[in-house]
Amino acid sequence: MTTATANPTTAPKRNLAHLYLLETKYEFLKLWRLRAYSLSTLAFPVMFYLIFGSTFGGFSTQGIRVAAYLMVSYAAVGVINAAVFAFGAGVAGERGQGWMMLKRVSPMPASAYFTAKTLMAVMFSVLVLVALTITAFLLQGVRLPVVTWLELLGTLAAGVVPFAALGLAFGYALGPNSAPTVLNLVNLPMTFVSGLYIPITQLPPVVQHIAPYLPAYHFGQLALAAIGARPVGTVAHHLLVLAIFTAVFLFAAVLAYRRDEGRTYG
Amino acid sequence: MTNPAAMTAPRSRRTHPHVPSGGVVAELRGVRKDYGTVQALRGIDLQVRSGEVLALLGPNGAGKTTTVGLLLGLLRPTAGYVALFGGDPQRTDAKVRIGAMLQISGVPATLKVREHLELFASYYPAPLPVARALELADLTEVAHRPYGKISGGQKQRVHFALALIGNPDLLFLDEPTTGLDVGARRAFWQQVRDFIGSGRTVVLTTHYLEEADALADRIVVVDHGAVIAEGTPAEIKARTAGRRVHAVTGLELDVVRALDGVVSVERNGAALEILASRAEPVVRELLQRDPALRDLEVGGAGLEDAFLALTKGSQA
Repeated sequence: MTTATANPTTAPKRNLAHLYLLETKYEFLKLWRLRAYSLSTLAFPVMFYLIFGSTFGGFSTQGIRVAAYLMVSYAAVGVINAAVFAFGAGVAGERGQGWMMLKRVSPMPASAYFTAKTLMAVMFSVLVLVALTITAFLLQGVRLPVVTWLELLGTLAAGVVPFAALGLAFGYALGPNSAPTVLNLVNLPMTFVSGLYIPITQLPPVVQHIAPYLPAYHFGQLALAAIGARPVGTVAHHLLVLAIFTAVFLFAAVLAYRRDEGRTYG
Repeated sequence: MTNPAAMTAPRSRRTHPHVPSGGVVAELRGVRKDYGTVQALRGIDLQVRSGEVLALLGPNGAGKTTTVGLLLGLLRPTAGYVALFGGDPQRTDAKVRIGAMLQISGVPATLKVREHLELFASYYPAPLPVARALELADLTEVAHRPYGKISGGQKQRVHFALALIGNPDLLFLDEPTTGLDVGARRAFWQQVRDFIGSGRTVVLTTHYLEEADALADRIVVVDHGAVIAEGTPAEIKARTAGRRVHAVTGLELDVVRALDGVVSVERNGAALEILASRAEPVVRELLQRDPALRDLEVGGAGLEDAFLALTKGSQA
């Protein structure tokens, strides 16, 4: 063993592609095997569709059938849950455990950690949309052209970003035990008021006035626009609002991280 | 490993001709670290030399973990200079050369032991084969079990395996055997020896003198954020091999304190609690001077006493 700096020409190099691949693979497996996560992300939206989709599927709203509306909105709920819990509960829990500290001491690039969580949430988005597409087809005969479906998938996957940022802010601000409860208390009302459980047009006017202040509402409207719903507000407007929300959440995450630094070494 | 003879077996690495008497791989110079108004470190100088096993020995709250946190780049010093492999501890090219077993409560429960190791192996340019790390930490049998479904001792060994998977030049072990029973602790020491046999550098923190003695080439004793003693395990042991003498006697405190071999004396009701470097001459003197002496007890000094002795030594 020598203490001199290793010769860069002969020193073995780690395989970064392999590193990112494994980080993503195990991030996915870690949560896939965690029933509390995979069930609430995948099974709950399907379950809600079975209940509300069969009850209200025949009506129409924003120019599309409620059966199609709810397929999209419950997929959006799945995406929001996947992202918020992967980042919020994930970061809070891994900080609390000390796993985050171990990773910070290791030469893992910090970007691998966040990339893996993002990709993991995207994979869950695909799964939840596939599950709902099948359910909606079998139950209500909802069919989308392939291109439309892909556009919807792209919109949903992109939606991971703002809600990952939201989760991250909470993940650094909350303790490992309180995180899941607090996130539920944030997520459930936010998604409901945003018209993702029941079409926004069916909610009381006061709720319809609150909705535009929530990121989930704008995300839901973008996803609905992707399948041809008559949009409330323009796509550009929704995108801009989501971009602002993302920036604010990331800024909050940085503040919470700084506050936490040196305490849990997170 | 439960054979007590192994504990006193000659440590081949100490006399090994190829152990490099190398340069400094990690260093603190005049480091202070405050947490708010609490001074965790009050001016520490420490050099870790290539190839040595250095133990930071001290009671809880002495500043050992803070020292390790600084060397690992988890903390920044309030004042002073910290270097790992000659530079900033947060550099990737420094991080790929270290491994750390830290005081953590766990890693994700749903991933299997083998999966955890495979993931961490991917962070390093020249990691150990996963099978080798499993073998070194005695985890081969539970390799396919989820981390959440193995015993506490096995979990601790997973943390050890995660520290060595990168095949580090410099290994940090922060209180590695806290919570383990005696048998598991000795087995762990043997695993550490097996791994470091080839001349790696180790920084170990512990509050067990026995552990520092079992593993280290050099012991640095820290207390209240400062280095109070430094030496080989033999030197430190000699200075801490105190005995506690308890007796009910009419002798004055000052008289006893002046006896040869007495480190400290305290009155405890009718009795005196005497800390002595050697018990026999002190007891002989006591009996000669006070024929009425009773309730005599002689026992080994605890670690707290040992630190007291060292503190007095460093002030003398």
